[in-house]
Amino acid sequence: MAASVEHIVNPTLIEARERPELIGGGFFAWTRENLFYSRLSSLTTLVLLAAMAKAGLSLFQWAFLDAVWSVPAGPQGPITDSCRALGTGACWAVIREKYRFILFGTYPFEQQWRPAIVVALFVGLFVVSAMKRFWRLELAAVWVIALLLIGLLMWGGVFGLTFVSQPNWGGLALTLIIATIGVAIAFPLSVFVALGRRSDLPFIKWLCVAYVEIIRGVPLITLLFMASVMFPLLMPEGVNLDKLVRAQIAIILFFAAYLAEVVRGGLQALPKGQYEAAYVLGLSYWQTSRRIVLPQALRTVIPPLVNNFIGFFKDTSLVLIIGLYDLLHSAQVAVAEPAWQGFGVETYIFAGLIYFVFCFAMSRYSQWLEFGLNMHRHR
Amino acid sequence: MNQEELKVVEPAIAETNSPTQAIAVSIQKVNKWYGNLHVLRDVDLDVAAGERVVVCGPSGSGKSTLIRCINNLEEHQQGTIVVDGIQVDHNIAHLDAVRREVGMVFQSFNLFPHLTVLENCTLAPMLVRGVARADAEAQARAYLERVRIPDQANKFPGQLSGGQQQRVAIARALCMKPKIMLFDEPTSALDPEMVKEVLDTMVSLARDGMTMICVTHEMGFAREVADRVVFMDHGQIVESGSPQAVFGQPKTDRLKLFLGQVLRQH
Repeated sequence: MAASVEHIVNPTLIEARERPELIGGGFFAWTRENLFYSRLSSLTTLVLLAAMAKAGLSLFQWAFLDAVWSVPAGPQGPITDSCRALGTGACWAVIREKYRFILFGTYPFEQQWRPAIVVALFVGLFVVSAMKRFWRLELAAVWVIALLLIGLLMWGGVFGLTFVSQPNWGGLALTLIIATIGVAIAFPLSVFVALGRRSDLPFIKWLCVAYVEIIRGVPLITLLFMASVMFPLLMPEGVNLDKLVRAQIAIILFFAAYLAEVVRGGLQALPKGQYEAAYVLGLSYWQTSRRIVLPQALRTVIPPLVNNFIGFFKDTSLVLIIGLYDLLHSAQVAVAEPAWQGFGVETYIFAGLIYFVFCFAMSRYSQWLEFGLNMHRHR
Repeated sequence: MNQEELKVVEPAIAETNSPTQAIAVSIQKVNKWYGNLHVLRDVDLDVAAGERVVVCGPSGSGKSTLIRCINNLEEHQQGTIVVDGIQVDHNIAHLDAVRREVGMVFQSFNLFPHLTVLENCTLAPMLVRGVARADAEAQARAYLERVRIPDQANKFPGQLSGGQQQRVAIARALCMKPKIMLFDEPTSALDPEMVKEVLDTMVSLARDGMTMICVTHEMGFAREVADRVVFMDHGQIVESGSPQAVFGQPKTDRLKLFLGQVLRQH
């Protein structure tokens, strides 16, 4: 008899089996496997834990337990002797005393509600712009109005606001102005430069290539020096642009050159079929760019874009070398007064925390955005 | 120049050249090179309005290049291509007019992944033809119904199967109301079980009298709907005729060899 092949159904399909307990789960198993898997590893773990605990404790003691939170006022300014006593920790009194200078620079003290509103306006603008439901054309109008309002508040000179000239602007308000206007203009500019670099028209293409290569080949500090020192020499007699405006232009040009390369990367990642499909449907170059190419290209480059934004936000601190009082420069100058000399660490920590809050928010937002905008890729 | 302009404004002038039947696509002595590679050699092909032509041939025979020259996705270097009375040349107005007449379906679908199925279908009519959103959506839904996927309108292309995506691509092209449809190996990227649903859609389109030029190896489809089969090899049209004649009594060794290879695959 010929051995007939038995027709069977895989028996595991018939009964659903209970999922076995995960072997070796739990915290203790994990630590044993990763931190105490040998005598040497146990020793290393313990030594490192001890060192971390020691450092953490001293930091905590310095920042909180031994910290001086306020100092008495004397006839010639604050008396900072208590901060200078042996064994004291952080002198947070300097922040209490100088926070308004760090936030608003040399802006007239009694007028500082104006830059305070400006900072609030910026934060509000960021929050509104971050929400997808406000992504409409009207948002551009909101930006224009908000920026005009910010200019009005900072300069004043109308509606009973006293005029405050630009050299008196400073602190966080100035940092936000430079960074926001820088990115707000540089980003659209960079998109055009990136498109131009891929243009079929040789003149436009080489103009964009030259712009990107020249600006990228020069440090930002050099551009700022050019803007502040060289530029006035080139201008005709009597014509002079505000120092802030000159620095702002240099920063915009610098940012845009970097962003253009990021955007170009996104354009190159787009399959050729997308251009062909748009072409055969009759879409024009600009329609294709706006509706098909850029929405996809920009989504793919959100992580490097935000990486650049974060870098730029901190790069604005370089304006201190041409004498603008941004957040970092204000923090530095705040401790120039003899009574507060030597407390730079505290003011730098304060400024650093402010930078961190903004940068961390950007980073988290980009992760959320990346996930949300790429929903169409998830099944 | 004057003559060319007339052609754009009044396609009827070109049509009077062939009194019996309107010529949809006229390809004459077309040559094309990629560098030193001669990919189209003296190709002549006239396609009448309402005619269904299937172009087949081994890979690298120039069949895709040929139909991509019709809507200027590729530029030909010699010869003339006239689409519905409009010359395909360097004149941008002519090219825009041709793009509006000719729809195309690609091997790799090329749907816009960031737009929903409905938006894929309404974008071009709204932007290029200036159709109002409500009308464009109604029309898109009608065509999606026609390709039998009306209930997927709000999904993204990535959520659909390959066969469904290709049918959306057909609906998207139809939404522009083209007079001529080009198919560039529309089923080659599909899993076998999805080929039929796409071919069925193309058959129903052919039944409605659409002028179609299809690059495909689907012999069954060719037998069912093609008025003419064109066999290309090495950039030349080697044989052409009715599907029965070309598939049944191949005259050249090249076609016999090709048919043998294709039949072995299928």
